[in-house]
Amino acid sequence: MSSSRSSSEEERVYIASQWQLMRRKFFKHKLAILGMIVLAFLYGVSIFCEFFSPYGTLERHQEYLYCKPHKVRFFDEQGKFHMRPFVYAYRKEFDQETWITTYTEDTSRKYDIRFFVRGGTYKFWSLFEADIRFFGVEEPGKIFLFGTDKLGRDLFSRNLHATRISLSIGLVGIMVSFVLGCIFGGISGYYGGKIDTIIQRIIEFILSIPTIPLWMALSAALPVEWPPVKVYFGITIILSLRGWCGLARVVRGKLLELREEDFVMAAKITGLRERSIIARHLLPSFASYLIVNITLAVPHMILGETSLSFLGLGLRSPVVSWGTLMQDAQNVRSVVMHPWLLIPGLLVIVTTLAYNFLGDGLRDAADPYKQ
Amino acid sequence: MLNYIFRRTIYILISLLVMTVLAFVIIQLPPGDYLSVYIMQLQARGEIVEKAVLEALKQEYGLDKPMYVQYFKWVWNMLHGDFGRSWGFSMPVSKVIAGRLSMTVVLSVFSLLFTYALAIPIGIYSATHQYSMADYVFTAVGFVGLATPNFLLALILMIFFFKFFGLSVSGLFSAQYAMAPWSFAKVLDLINHLWVPVIVIGTAGTCSLIRVMRGCLLDELHKQYVITARAKGLVERTVLFKYPVRVSINPIISTVGWTLPNIVSGATITSIVLSLPTVGAALLRALVTQDMFLAGSLVMILSFLTMLGTLISDILLVLVDPRIRYEK
Repeated sequence: MSSSRSSSEEERVYIASQWQLMRRKFFKHKLAILGMIVLAFLYGVSIFCEFFSPYGTLERHQEYLYCKPHKVRFFDEQGKFHMRPFVYAYRKEFDQETWITTYTEDTSRKYDIRFFVRGGTYKFWSLFEADIRFFGVEEPGKIFLFGTDKLGRDLFSRNLHATRISLSIGLVGIMVSFVLGCIFGGISGYYGGKIDTIIQRIIEFILSIPTIPLWMALSAALPVEWPPVKVYFGITIILSLRGWCGLARVVRGKLLELREEDFVMAAKITGLRERSIIARHLLPSFASYLIVNITLAVPHMILGETSLSFLGLGLRSPVVSWGTLMQDAQNVRSVVMHPWLLIPGLLVIVTTLAYNFLGDGLRDAADPYKQ
Repeated sequence: MLNYIFRRTIYILISLLVMTVLAFVIIQLPPGDYLSVYIMQLQARGEIVEKAVLEALKQEYGLDKPMYVQYFKWVWNMLHGDFGRSWGFSMPVSKVIAGRLSMTVVLSVFSLLFTYALAIPIGIYSATHQYSMADYVFTAVGFVGLATPNFLLALILMIFFFKFFGLSVSGLFSAQYAMAPWSFAKVLDLINHLWVPVIVIGTAGTCSLIRVMRGCLLDELHKQYVITARAKGLVERTVLFKYPVRVSINPIISTVGWTLPNIVSGATITSIVLSLPTVGAALLRALVTQDMFLAGSLVMILSFLTMLGTLISDILLVLVDPRIRYEK
């Protein structure tokens, strides 16, 4: 019984297509699945960030400067359970001696969290106006899940918008790098010889320059009067100037390996043009390796943008990214008093980890025949 | 072997030449030449710029000549130790750099040593104790370390020390030593301040190297020659350190050319956050004040240092790895 089952199991492995094998192997990698779920969640929320954030990114709540995060509660003072989560209002106290404002929960004023409420209007995807927000509390109640900053702006909303910018800059950057990497790596690996040597030397040269100083110098050269969108793309291009090198190396290495394969020779004999050989036969056969490398390269882009914006050389306000948010965390004393300013840093770490786990899982899956 | 070193040296020299072009482009990127920026700054301060002084400066930097002449003049001056003038610091660039350069080198070298001193033993331990508790812990810490940007780690350490010990870990010297001449006590003070930035800069590189070392050693451990050595009756420790470890250290040492740029890059941002007197901190100030002459020179000097470090490590590698020594 058991032998027949194992043989049918084996048979299924034999008749499974390459993609089926890959999928099977990928789903065995628990951390990779976790990474995928986390990323899907982050991207999903960031696409609809206007909807999920209770306030606008520039909306100031003058009464609540450096307000600590609200605790979402299900149990009230008497320990009674409420189906609908709620927050307590804050009582503000100002210490005359230390000049520190403290916020304490006022259990007598309780605000229920309502879903799909009408809040301030916003332009969804800058296309059409809407005023439905995923959640909110009734005025004069406020809900700051991640607290507020020194101007009284809701950091939860700002973090959501920052997530959109930072995550997308990684993707756009990797797309540029991908195109460059495929072109140069393809040329280098397919033709070999002198062109190959020259391109490889160029890559080696670029890799030998310390990244951050070069990025800093280039992004500082972006004109100050540029609008945010232009700066965004400028930064993306600066980041991918180095990003393509790694991809080009992978493409070249794989091409050199595949060049000698029989099916390439067969395609050559049938008289296919070189360009179609590269595009139709060579690229698909190492697509999986490319996907792995892209996945592992995205976090570098995100870290780059965050570092640059943190230094004040990348994206500039009013654009919010994790880096620009982290600028508020530069002062140690203020972070010690307002630890919620570090939340964007946590998001950076979580995202980078998720990408690395996903990349690891994909790497295992990319070569399903390897044990 | 000499042939190899010669080739590497030539290659580094060519890279340097390309680097000068890149740095020159960076200097030229912002609109207007650096002299007009200087004049603007002087005028903003309400100073009157004398025509004669202007003309002299123009002559000195060849600003009235075409671009390529300016470039060659710039390179020529640099070869004679004249890196131009920093308007922001209002002193020659070489003076700005002088003190910071040694600090940068000290910081980078210590970080590199720290990286290796930590990564190699942990990698060996993780590989020989695969799937043990410690292996999992190291892997987890490694992943988090890889995912944490340098500046964030620096911030977290600063906050940690401030909150629990009331210490400020920024700077490289305590107040009383900052201006003092070099002495034994000052060196001790430096070492006392150095370990926080070294940990911050080293961690990122350490984590990836641990993974490389672990992976390579795991591959090697199952090879025939290890079994042979064991079958001969060698002590387990000798088996491990004499054969597979030596083989799997090679990829780590030979990638020093990639590790070093990362360290210099990390040192730049870390020293900005921790306000250390290195080249990196000066670079940020130069960029913020649009002092491009200084900025371009700094980027070039950092890259030069990195390439020099790579060359030295290449030469060291020849001494370590016989396969390169006998290559033609």
